[in-house]
Amino acid sequence: MAQPQAPHPAWTRAMLALHLVAIDPAGLGGIMLRARSGPARDAFLAALARYTRPAMKLHPDMADDALFGGLDLNATLVAGQLVQQAGLQAHDGPLILPMAERARPELAARLAAMMDKGREHPLIVLNEAATEDEGVPAALADRLAFHIDLDDVTLADIAPLDAPLPAPGALPRLGDGQIEQIAMLAEAFGVPSPRAGCLAMRAAAAHALLCGRPEVAGGDIEAAAALVLGPRATRLPGNTEEEPPPPPPDDPGSDEADQTSDQSGQIPDDMLIDAVIALLPEDMMARIASGKQRRATGSGSGDARTGNRRGRPVPPRKGRLGGASRLDLVATLRAAAPWQKARAAQRPDHHGLHIRPADIHLRRYEQKSDRLLIFVVDASGSAAMTRLAEAKGAVELMLAAAYARRDHVALVGFRGVGAEVLLAPTRSLVRTKRQLAALPGGGATPLATGLRMALDLARGARQRGMTPTLAVLTDGRANIALDGAPDRARAAQDAADMGRAVAASGTDALVVDMGNRPEPALKALAAIMNAHYFVLPRADARRISAAVASVMDG
Amino acid sequence: MSQPFPFSAIVGQDEMKLAMILTAVDPSIGGVLVFGDRGTGKSTAVRALAALLPEITAVEGCPVNAAKPADCPDWAGITTTRTHSIPTPVVDLPLGASEDRVTGALDIERALVDGTKVFQPGLLARANRGYLYIDEVNLLEDHIVDLLLDVAQSGENVVEREGLSIRHAARFVLVGSGNPEEGELRPQLLDRFGLSVDVASTTDIAQRVEVLRRRDAYENDKSAFMVRWQAEDATIREQILAARVALRTLKPDDETLRDVAELCIALGSDGVRGELALLKAARAFAAYRDDTAISRDHIRAVAPLALRHRLRRDPLDDAGSGARVGRVVETVLG
Repeated sequence: MAQPQAPHPAWTRAMLALHLVAIDPAGLGGIMLRARSGPARDAFLAALARYTRPAMKLHPDMADDALFGGLDLNATLVAGQLVQQAGLQAHDGPLILPMAERARPELAARLAAMMDKGREHPLIVLNEAATEDEGVPAALADRLAFHIDLDDVTLADIAPLDAPLPAPGALPRLGDGQIEQIAMLAEAFGVPSPRAGCLAMRAAAAHALLCGRPEVAGGDIEAAAALVLGPRATRLPGNTEEEPPPPPPDDPGSDEADQTSDQSGQIPDDMLIDAVIALLPEDMMARIASGKQRRATGSGSGDARTGNRRGRPVPPRKGRLGGASRLDLVATLRAAAPWQKARAAQRPDHHGLHIRPADIHLRRYEQKSDRLLIFVVDASGSAAMTRLAEAKGAVELMLAAAYARRDHVALVGFRGVGAEVLLAPTRSLVRTKRQLAALPGGGATPLATGLRMALDLARGARQRGMTPTLAVLTDGRANIALDGAPDRARAAQDAADMGRAVAASGTDALVVDMGNRPEPALKALAAIMNAHYFVLPRADARRISAAVASVMDG
Repeated sequence: MSQPFPFSAIVGQDEMKLAMILTAVDPSIGGVLVFGDRGTGKSTAVRALAALLPEITAVEGCPVNAAKPADCPDWAGITTTRTHSIPTPVVDLPLGASEDRVTGALDIERALVDGTKVFQPGLLARANRGYLYIDEVNLLEDHIVDLLLDVAQSGENVVEREGLSIRHAARFVLVGSGNPEEGELRPQLLDRFGLSVDVASTTDIAQRVEVLRRRDAYENDKSAFMVRWQAEDATIREQILAARVALRTLKPDDETLRDVAELCIALGSDGVRGELALLKAARAFAAYRDDTAISRDHIRAVAPLALRHRLRRDPLDDAGSGARVGRVVETVLG
């Protein structure tokens, strides 16, 4: 293969992060790598093999025993005596968690606790999420110093690592002024977590060591801030917020060689911020500038994941093993355990455990699906602001009462020529308040587009085991077609088509007509959607939520 | 974790530190709930508090850390009457812990090896007379939460299954932490916590610099850092010990009781749990401050801690619940 051109900046960043982690694995925690299975990820894992110790893979569904050790039941049964397993936690080397977006919050919490206790080796977390709304549990992401996105890196962009990774060494300490600079940078980029600042300090020290410097220089601070604080940023510093940021240089990763000739002396804050911004990749800048979405992915993991499990476990019960049932091994052993002496006396020739069919216990779960209520709100026209405000109020009322009913709520707004998810499915009142603080309104009525988006959301929710319900809040007829054309006839046709799709998907729905006069077209649409139809002129939040509750509980 | 970060070296977060100190003075206040952003030192504070608290005397080998041989549960089969000093237990309840691990269950190993039916105590036994810490309490499985509520209220853990019938004391201070953006806590559980704290990351640069600086110093040389903060920690420990003694003589007068009741009625908090928590917290605060009587200042200082999580949720009110308590305190106490 031809010698590839300059490696992709993201790849260079990934390699720099890997080197830093190798230098200070205990302090930096590890790397969160967003990469689907592919050459870039393979190359990264190959580079990780250059670490001083071999890596072990975890599994997002792994049980506590496998991770933290305990009784090895299989071996115990075979050997007829107690066999303990050590668990992967004790593994002397890096741990890799693939498919981290599927990791349950429990596992994330256990891993986070493991990292808090101090591990000698890094944790590499592979995020293979397909969509933005899946993410690695925040408890884990927060503790990993580096968040790297390798999704756009292709085979040609990769420069394989051909030297072993550096070994840990004595880290230089930061000067007082440099600690202040990191705190200032964290504030400027809107990174509230003090942990991020601590990680940036360690990264800067490791970077200095990597570059063979006895003291931490300005370039180390910049590189560390770009790597650690950049992906966590929630805003761009100062007035750069409005104008698009200057395109970053082609090789932001070149700081490995580090040509910046800053002495360890102070750099003016503005220059430092500019230098860090120059090191950030373009897409990251765009995401920070858009602000809102980043936050949704940042903390959404916990909720989406706790939403539906396999149900609440109920005590295991005696039964016969069949195709659909699962053995509860521990309960079975427990049932058999008290009888071992007596049974052994009956059958002295038999070695090992005496398990009788009557001991078999089956696992049972009480499956109870969470419900998701999707508000589809018409944000068009003059009354948009009031309608949105009331819809927001209704969402919050639903959430306030949501505990007993295990409801999640989402909000889709449509106006102009498009629709957007204003609130991803959530159960958190706090998050709702933050995200629905300001809602845009006005323009035409692309009802079909709004329905399509809501239906997508409903489909995703159903895949995660939730039961979705649509609540459409509008006061007018559709006037924008699916393709964005201002054509009333086609718009009505498209809306009817989407309505049929809703009905076909079997999703419960209700249509709330909030206009001053009832709109016959809406009533027809509700009939197509197989939906309940309410006429609530100038409804307020409480009346909307009462109507919705009557449908959901009915 | 041989040397946790010293309690007194935690920058800011005064409310959280005060809440933890108050439960150390009077464990019957009933637990602390710490809700807030990540990385604000929630778990650091709990572990630091454990190291700060004075040691307790317990019977050697007793699974529930009983103070007197008579208090040891008979199933434990403790024959010794010797006691030793142990650090105040702080037990982590990890997410995903099974019911067996929490309450205790039949000891499978013993059952398999010698066919005897022996009870293996769980986390609740180990936490007796100490702290039970649940990180991400809002993500805990519902059935574990129910179980904890039950035990926390009765102070006794009862296990009735697999032919076992076991009971033992389980009096502990429940400390829960979590991030409300990832799911909130059921109101039933909220109410059981005596005090509640909202923590937020500071936006004050000087404080943030101090956080980083102390962390850096701690990681660089733990022993030197511990020595540096030893005296401050010792002062707090002595204050707590003195306050525990003073607590016995502090009696609320009628005026205090009336203030407390009026506050709770004005806030519309359900039940009398709020009144009790507020009264106990005010008394513990007065004792901690070495004051000789409970005054309105004490009530004012701890009212947000004791009441903010007991308000009926009004989703249409944008002010934080702490601010709402503050407003009512202003009008009632003047």
